[in-house]
Amino acid sequence: MTEVQAMTQDQKNQEAIEMIAPVILTANDQEADAPRPDDRVEGEPATAPAATSPRPDVVVATPAKTALRPAALPPEKVSVRNLDFYYGESRALKGVSLPLYANKVTSFIGPSGCGKSTLLRVLNRMYDLYPKQRAEGEILLDGKNILSADQDVNLLRARVGMVFQKPTPFPMSIYDNIAFGIRLYEKVNRADLDERVETALKSAALWGEVKDKLKASGLSLSGGQQQRLCIARTVAIHPEVILLDEPCSALDPISTAKIEELIDELKEKYTIAIVTHNMQQAARVSDYTAFMYLGELLEFDTTAQMFTSPKQKQTQNYITGRFG
Amino acid sequence: MPDHIVKAYDQELETLGQKIAEMGGIAEKMLSDAMDALADSDVKLAQATINSDPRLDVLQREIEERAIMAIARRQPLAVDLREIIATIRISNDLERVGDLAKNIAKRTIKIAADIRIPRAIIGLRTMHDSAAMLLKDVLDAYSQRDAERAHGVWIYDADLDALEDSVFRDLLTFMMEDPRNITFCAHLLFCSKNIERIGDHATNIAETVIYLVTGEIPPIDRPKGQTLLSDATATAE
Repeated sequence: MTEVQAMTQDQKNQEAIEMIAPVILTANDQEADAPRPDDRVEGEPATAPAATSPRPDVVVATPAKTALRPAALPPEKVSVRNLDFYYGESRALKGVSLPLYANKVTSFIGPSGCGKSTLLRVLNRMYDLYPKQRAEGEILLDGKNILSADQDVNLLRARVGMVFQKPTPFPMSIYDNIAFGIRLYEKVNRADLDERVETALKSAALWGEVKDKLKASGLSLSGGQQQRLCIARTVAIHPEVILLDEPCSALDPISTAKIEELIDELKEKYTIAIVTHNMQQAARVSDYTAFMYLGELLEFDTTAQMFTSPKQKQTQNYITGRFG
Repeated sequence: MPDHIVKAYDQELETLGQKIAEMGGIAEKMLSDAMDALADSDVKLAQATINSDPRLDVLQREIEERAIMAIARRQPLAVDLREIIATIRISNDLERVGDLAKNIAKRTIKIAADIRIPRAIIGLRTMHDSAAMLLKDVLDAYSQRDAERAHGVWIYDADLDALEDSVFRDLLTFMMEDPRNITFCAHLLFCSKNIERIGDHATNIAETVIYLVTGEIPPIDRPKGQTLLSDATATAE
């Protein structure tokens, strides 16, 4: 337990670096004619087989009998297989296996230090920025292991976008906040760029509020607007998977509701993973829920099942606010 | 199960459980008093039964309000959510049991002066004993969170239906024998229907208890004709 707590503190220290890291990294690679997200093969079927847990005590959803579970499982966009993660010597993830289903929202819940944010950081290899941190196991994105050495990390981060807990707009205009990422990956003319920015802001439900002040600084927006700006920035480069790390923890209920509504709309196009400490939020926005504890996946099931009758005692104690 | 971190939450749930227990006690007593009053033509006891019904209504309202408050304040999940939904449902069923017992008592007052065929009441007594046992069992199952026991009630209800059928035939015979029996027997028919419905409510509560304990909702079709008694009736037909 103490090991895990120490690790959590470590994570916090790294937060600041992470916020700007994607920008630094992608900017450095700009000259190398970075592969564009559109280069990937379209319509490639997710061939990954159904999720199986190597641990017999981990409950993984089975196609089932009640209304709380769908009869057939959707295709897997991402398959995490027997994933271990290390911060130096300490093992933060222990044999985690779970699917992220295509066009579904999967929430990760669990007490602080349980590894849910770590798992999210592994999904787009954010940990690559730090020495001494390493992942073992497999994460298949459309059937291809993203942990392999030949994976282009910049391309991966274009395909797997991330939004952080605190809104992190760049200190530039609203327009440039969105255009920045697009320019990194693609050569687009002014008119197309305008259109891309507009589309991104619209899909983040922000367009109406900012369309008359696109030149204003991103930092002049309210917290909720800033967070939607970050989501717009992520969406602008056409990712396939969006990772949300407690996106609403710093927002008021109205802004939270707007983000949640947005998540509902975004899942039409994207596969979404969200880390949240707010149990009701997980219940509201997600289709599947993973409960993690001390670096292990204890239970994975449909959200409907998890929040009405979880199978594991520890899940139940956690989501109902009891001591374990 | 360990306590909630927020102690007041535990107290709220405990209070809800106690109110259900109180309702259960009143409903059981109303049922047995109504039956005794009917069997003994005891108008005083029948009136007392009627008088205890308002308390059930008040309790049901109170449980509903407390449950709504708990949902609003705690946003219950998993077992807590099932617990609170269960109290709402069970309190509804128990309130209806009270109404049905009250109805028997009202009919008792109407026919007490003119008990025509005392043996007609014997079948009702048998039905009552079954229903009372189901009610007791299911309330015990609730207080002990015993899904197994609740399942027993759920299965047994079919027997009560069979008993009602046989009481119905008896009463019909008495009515055909002598038209002067008709008013009296018609009241008894309603009484037997009431008791059969009380059994249905016990079965509802059994389903609720099974859901509360296991998280699984029993199938919509209740077992019919699966027990010895109802098999015998089926053969006789």
